[in-house]
Amino acid sequence: MKEVYGGLVMIYGTLFTSFIALLIAVPVSFGIALFLTELSPAWLKRPLGTAIELLAAVPSIVYGMWGLLVFSPVLSTYVQQPLQKAFGDVPYLGALFSGPPVGIGILSAGIILAIMIIPFIASVMRDVFEVTPPLLKESAYALGATTWEVVSRVVLPYTKAGVIGGIMLGLGRAIGETMAVTFVIGNFNQLDSISLFQAANSITSALANEFAEAGPGLHQAALMYLGLVLFFITFVVLSLSKVLLAQLKKNEGART
Amino acid sequence: MTTGDALLRAAAIEESKAAKYAQRKIINRIALALALAAMSFGLFWLFWILIETARLGLEGLTIATLTQMTPPPNDEGGLANAIYGSFLMVMLATCVGAPIGMMAGIYLAEFDTEGWLAHTTRFVNDILLSAPSIVIGLFVYAVLVSTFKTFSGWAGIMALALIVIPVVIRTTENMLQLIPSGLREAALGAPKWKVIMSITLKAARAGVVTGVLLAVARIAGETAPLLFTALNNQFWTSSLSEPMASLPVTIFKFAMSPYENWQKLAWAGVFLITLAVLALNILARIITRVR
Repeated sequence: MKEVYGGLVMIYGTLFTSFIALLIAVPVSFGIALFLTELSPAWLKRPLGTAIELLAAVPSIVYGMWGLLVFSPVLSTYVQQPLQKAFGDVPYLGALFSGPPVGIGILSAGIILAIMIIPFIASVMRDVFEVTPPLLKESAYALGATTWEVVSRVVLPYTKAGVIGGIMLGLGRAIGETMAVTFVIGNFNQLDSISLFQAANSITSALANEFAEAGPGLHQAALMYLGLVLFFITFVVLSLSKVLLAQLKKNEGART
Repeated sequence: MTTGDALLRAAAIEESKAAKYAQRKIINRIALALALAAMSFGLFWLFWILIETARLGLEGLTIATLTQMTPPPNDEGGLANAIYGSFLMVMLATCVGAPIGMMAGIYLAEFDTEGWLAHTTRFVNDILLSAPSIVIGLFVYAVLVSTFKTFSGWAGIMALALIVIPVVIRTTENMLQLIPSGLREAALGAPKWKVIMSITLKAARAGVVTGVLLAVARIAGETAPLLFTALNNQFWTSSLSEPMASLPVTIFKFAMSPYENWQKLAWAGVFLITLAVLALNILARIITRVR
């Protein structure tokens, strides 16, 4: 056996799945925060907010098992196979949907990560939307702005730093999530296509699957190094998130 | 310009205003409908996961699940040793982590609120709060497991305690900060420790307990930090210096296996864990609301 190890496949898997997760989670979280702050009747705010937060409380192993045994067959039959039929022959685009549509791989890992980080992003967004001074919002309403205009032109610019901070927080979570990804990503250490359906590997799932069985020496050291890379990425992302959220707090004092 | 032209133009302006207004209204409706859809999207997953977990979990749940040891493939058995291991490790990790977290939280809220040490601690704590739990597992492996050359319950406890600490620090600090400073100042002449013990901490009790409960809920479902610290054990063990079974790690092993009885047990375990974690979360919310 050759003692050669590389991290490209895992780093690619981690970044790609997290990217898909953000792509889904950001608009949905924004919608949830908008609903909770502007739309929902007062008596529904609390139960609905709690329900979304409970989504964050569900342990990741539950997501993993549900994802593998319940969600991935559904994804395979109702999403992947139709997609492959529709776009499989289109040049370039088809490459994204090639590979076996078995419901395990980059796409399902991305979707499950999205579900897991929605509550984090949504609750930060809701909290920062709520610190927007009512004076600003009511002035806009008084000028005849619609709810959407108030949110997109008053609330969102005012809370920009906080919203990006919340997204970064979600990204940090997605990158570091282990169990759910390990279940559904397929644990496949090769990168031969850019397909969304391709089984792959992420840093966390490689660690979870291989570390306990890795012999001492280079294999273990390589995995440890991968852990360092992971920690470094999350450290940068989370620090950025913290700085941005702190910035919003500072402005809050100056402008009101 | 004739009067007729002016009138025509005014009418055109009116019309374009009305059109613009209608358009704004439509955009608003679409945005709000999408927000409603996003909300339903979030709730949809929660209910789907909970319903499936309850359905498949109850199917696999029997008395034997709670009383028998984890079985070999295709054999009868339960999860007793895993439940016991989880319970023991979570309890001890809380006993180790909660006091440290509380004391650090008290320090941040009462003694040093603005110094450089407080700022650094807060920053590092927030990073730890969201740090990937598998990295904590790696750390404990390097510190304990590779030093003592054995996977052990102690290593698992240490890893879980490291997750408890930041959660408790954050909530304790936040809850103490909510106490109005008038209460502290009213305790004329009392030494600081007495003010903290019998006034601020007492007033913030519910919040601090909530923090501990949330920390317990968080570690009860943690798998990643236990994978290479406590490892797993097929048998009942009370010795913390041996590898120890835990519910999440057992579920992981069983769910990934092709054996039907293992998968059934894994669903039962997932059901138990979800039930416990959600119950703790809801309990924590109720405690803070009563206050």
